[in-house]
This record gives sequence, C-alpha cells and structure tokens, in this order.
Amino acid sequence: MKNFLKFFLIILVFCLKISFISAAEQTEKLLNPGWGFKGFFGKFDRGSLQRGYQVYTEVCAACHSIKYLSYRNLSETGGPEFTEDQVKAIASQFEVTDGPNDDGEMFTRPARPADNFVSPYPNEKAAIAANGGAYPPDMSVLVKARKGGADYIYSLLLGYEDPPSGLSLDDGVYYNKYMAGNKIKMSNPLSEGLIEYGDGTSATPEQMANDVTTFLAWAAEPHLEARHKMGFRAIIYLIILTILVYFSMKKIWSRVESKV
Amino acid sequence: MSDHEYIPKSKLGKWFNDRLPILTLANHLTEYPTPKNLNYWWTFGAILTFCLVTQIITGLILAMHYVAHADLAFSSVEHIMRNVNYGWLIRYVHANGASMFFLAVYIHIFRALYYGSYKSPREIIWILGMMIYILMMMAAFMGYVLPWGQMSFWGATVITNLFSAIPFFGESITTWLWGGYAVDNPTLTRFFSLHYLIPFLILGLVVLHIWALHVPGNNNPIGIDIKKPSNDTVSFHPYIVIKDIFALLIFLIVFAFFVFYSPNILGHADNYIEANPMVTPAHIVPEWYLLPFYAILRSVPDKLLGVIAMFAALFILVILPWLDTSKIRSAIFRPLYKQFYWFLVADVLILGYMGAMPAEGIYLLVARVATAYYFLHFLIILPVLGSKEKTLEVPLSITEPVLGGSASASMTRNRLDKI
Repeated sequence: MKNFLKFFLIILVFCLKISFISAAEQTEKLLNPGWGFKGFFGKFDRGSLQRGYQVYTEVCAACHSIKYLSYRNLSETGGPEFTEDQVKAIASQFEVTDGPNDDGEMFTRPARPADNFVSPYPNEKAAIAANGGAYPPDMSVLVKARKGGADYIYSLLLGYEDPPSGLSLDDGVYYNKYMAGNKIKMSNPLSEGLIEYGDGTSATPEQMANDVTTFLAWAAEPHLEARHKMGFRAIIYLIILTILVYFSMKKIWSRVESKV
Repeated sequence: MSDHEYIPKSKLGKWFNDRLPILTLANHLTEYPTPKNLNYWWTFGAILTFCLVTQIITGLILAMHYVAHADLAFSSVEHIMRNVNYGWLIRYVHANGASMFFLAVYIHIFRALYYGSYKSPREIIWILGMMIYILMMMAAFMGYVLPWGQMSFWGATVITNLFSAIPFFGESITTWLWGGYAVDNPTLTRFFSLHYLIPFLILGLVVLHIWALHVPGNNNPIGIDIKKPSNDTVSFHPYIVIKDIFALLIFLIVFAFFVFYSPNILGHADNYIEANPMVTPAHIVPEWYLLPFYAILRSVPDKLLGVIAMFAALFILVILPWLDTSKIRSAIFRPLYKQFYWFLVADVLILGYMGAMPAEGIYLLVARVATAYYFLHFLIILPVLGSKEKTLEVPLSITEPVLGGSASASMTRNRLDKI
C-alpha cells in the first residue's frame, strides 16, 4: 500500500503540473465575486440567470449576438427556467426570416421557442461596420473563449477607468484595465440604474455585471448543472467500486503470499 | 508462453479449436505467466488499452454528429455540446481522454526507461510502442484541428508549415498537405478522414505490441530473466487482471475529475473562438503533451535544423535499445543511471514548461540547455554509462535474491523477503 501511495502521489503532482502550465501567464489580477456555479455542487442562481437574461437583452444584445442559444433553452432545467409560456412570450417579441413559402417568397414571422436567438446584425461585416471597425464577439461561448472565464468577463465590465495621464485615446476607444493592451472599442456598457429589474433588485453596475456574467456562463455551458450532478455520482460510484475491488484484490493475492 | 498444449474439454470446443484455435489463444491469455513482483507502474498497459477503446467509442459517436466543413465544424461542435443527448459528456470524455491517454503513455514510456524494458529481447516491443506513440501524436494533432477554433487553425498552420523547411520540395509538399494554398476546408476534411483512420492503425499495432510482449514475457522491477511458469510468476487471470482493474479505477477517478469538474482546463481558451484566417492569436501553443517537442523545435534558431532536431528527438527513442549499452535492465541495480534517469525526467518536464512559454529571453536559454541535455543523455551518457558504471549485484530470481553486500541490493532483498 505504501508503494501505491507513492505512485498515486507522483501522478497527482504530474496532473497538477499540467494544469499549472495551462494556468500560467496571468496579467492584471481578476476580480472574483464568488461564483455559485463553481465547485462540486456548483449551481446557477435562477434569479441571477433571469436578471442576467434581462441585462443581455436590454444592454448587450444591441451589438452582441448569442447565436448558438435557442429561446427554448431559457425554459430548460439548469437554465434560467422561465416557464414555457414566458419563453413563448419572449420569443414572439423577435422577428425571424423564414421561407421560402409556397409562392417562393421569404417572409418574416414572430420567433418561436425552437428558433435560435436573433442576432442584431445580418452578418459579421455589418456588425463590424456598425461598430467602428471592431467586431462585437458572439457571446454563446464567450466565457469559455477568454482566459479567466467568468472572472475575466466580470472584471472587464467593471474595469473601465480614466486613462492614465499622458495616454491619449482615439475617438471611440476606451480605457479598460483588464483588456489586453488596455484599449477597448466598447464603451462602458453599465451604469447605475441603467435598467430596472423586474424583481426589484437594485441595478448597481456590480449587480448587473454579476448577473450577466452568470447568464453568459450558463449560455456557454448550458448543461453545467447536469454535469456537476453526474460527476458527483460518478466519482462516489467509482470510489465505492475501487474500495470493493481493493479488498477483492487483497483476497485473491493472499493465495500467493505476495503483497500487492 | 505456457508450453503445455491446451485441449478444450467439450467435443464441440475441440472441433472448433482445431479449425480456429481461438480457445487456445484465450487460454494462453488467461494463463499467461506474469512476474509476481510487478508494481503499479506496470498497470498502465491495461489503462492505455482502456483509453484507446474509450477514444474509439466516443469518437465514433462524435463522428455521427460532427460536420467536417470549414463553415460548419465549429457550430456542429456546439450542436453536440448543446443539443445532442449527453453530447457534452461524450465530447468532454473524448477531449480529456486524449490528455489522459498521453498522461498514461508518458508514464508507460518512463516506466520502460526506468526498468530497462526496451532492452534485449524486447527491442521490437519498444519500437512498436514508439510507432504507436508517434501515431498517437498525429491523431491527437489532427483531432485538435477538427473543432476549427483559433488554436485548431493556427496550430495546423504552424505544424504543416514545418514541412516547408524541407529544401527544394518544401513549398510543394505543404501545398499538397493542405490541398490548397493555405489551411482551409480541404485540409479539414482530410484531417478528419485521417483522424478516423489512425486509431485503427494504432489498434493493429497494439495487437502486435502485445503479441511481441507475449513472446519473451513481461520485464519486471528487478529486470532479470525468470523461469516461466515458476514460483516467480502468477497467472494473468485473476491476479494481474484484478490489479489492473484496481489501478484503472483509480485512474478513472482522476479522469472523471477532469471531465466533470474542469473539462476545459487542459485546452486553450482561444479554441472556443471560431477559426479566423485574418486574426492570429497572440501565442500559438500546442496541446500540453506536445510541448517538449515544441520547445526543442523552437530552441534551434534555424527552421530546418529545428524540424530535424524535433524529429531526431523522437527517432533517438526508437534506436534507444542500441544506445543503452548496459546489460543490466533495472535502474534499481544501476546507481548512476538512476540519477541520470531522474535528470532526464526533470529535463523533459522543463522542456514541456518552456514549450508553453514565449520563446524569448531566459525561457529560450533554458530551453536550449534542456534540448542539449536531452540529446546528451541519449547520445553520450547512456552509451558511456554502459561500460563505466559499477552496477550492483543482481538477484538470481524474484523469490530467492542473491546474497549481496550493497545497501540497495539488501533493501531489495528485505522488500522481497516480505513476499
């Protein structure tokens, strides 16, 4: 058993080393408000997801698409869990192009829960043209596409500052201490009381940043809760099985008077 | 190999076995005499077989939903993650499975290095193993291209561009590899096709690897030839089988931790950005398991020489059985080799770390020293050690160790006495 522990320890160190390599290179220390969706039992806060959806539609969606998300996802377990009627109402606010119909014409109709989120621009070029040459990235997997993940998005939203003296910025360029190179083409999107939350929560920038980041974390990983739940069960199952197999192994090897 | 002739008990079994001796094979596999002092480092063969089968099965399912097209690949992966039932599980097992596969193969290789498992009469097992390792790297590289994220695209660009270093034909070879003048849809579709093929080539080589293993039988921690079957051996089933299962379960706990709780930690965030030929990422980094070779490549200032150094680093492993001239297999009885072995382990870990860092300043310097030491180890240290090293006395058998004087040998004896 001692040999085995030594062996296990070496493997563990190796694993840590691998994750260390991938976690290497870090610049400005990111803010971390403490995410409820991290850890073994991590779950999204429903209220926060629903508020986050509101921030996304009322603020971000003016420029940012979230094309891999469907309206139906909003009512699925593990998400904001709006009721199906609410989702139908949400979807019907948007117009989608469908067709061709029997006359060969394209037509628009109100979106249905099965439709993907409607993008603010018809294509990437249009998005770039409307935003001073910078493409507002699609937000579907944004949290996974940035080093630092949720912490990074949260920090960026709160990282707007006046540029240090001596640094002059062009028109339409803003200073953000978490952005690579500190120059960002998105103006500070959040300000005190920018929106009015349906549930009466006061809309401070921190609150909105927290909610929308939670929403985006879910959008990037809609099955996160199912994954955490299954992971816990799988690991408990494996541990129990390992213990049983360990004693079977001891029993079998006792026949040859050799230690395992 | 067990020398007795196997005769099936039933008449039907005998009739069948005379025509296709599959029962003889099954009997051989279960009775296969295995040294009884194998430690847990020997369980990685079974773990690797498990990894290969897992990759093939999950890959098969992913291929049902994946679309190999430059415009659709990225969104088809998101479709798998979001809409396919348990698609997220299958994909995360496959993606992390590649890392676990390499983790296991590195342990397996370093075990062979420590206990001298590549030495006569096991050279062919070793060479087959190296072929598997090289194919694994090819499969992993091509698999990483398939999601068509930024790292996929730029990783593919960097690696395929290596071939342009070949004099005279370089440009034409890269064009031929790409199926065009840049990495694009034809590159993606051929990588998908090859990524699907290679695992089956590996499977075939694994069969040969095991076949070749079953001729001389397993090496063992004290690295001596043993009589088989004898007091020194146990039958593969149930002794080794249960031990392999135990080790596999521990391995699976680590595996499950990655899949369920940090499925993206081993990947690169940029690969969740769809490939864009117009935007180059700040740092192009390969997956962690290729980093030592990437560090060697970058530490040579000349492109062609860098590519040669990288391939030489692999080829040198293939001819290792003839570079290590020592007759003693196990490092337990080679006090000097044992130290150099750990230097090599540290050297490869350092190379891996440097491969992840930008190639400049102190990082580049350290990478160069580490690259030089890597070649020094195999080309100078090993051949010289074989003739100069004063080795310890080796026991005659696993159960009856020789009466020796040295500390290490008596430690071995003490350990073996408990058996």
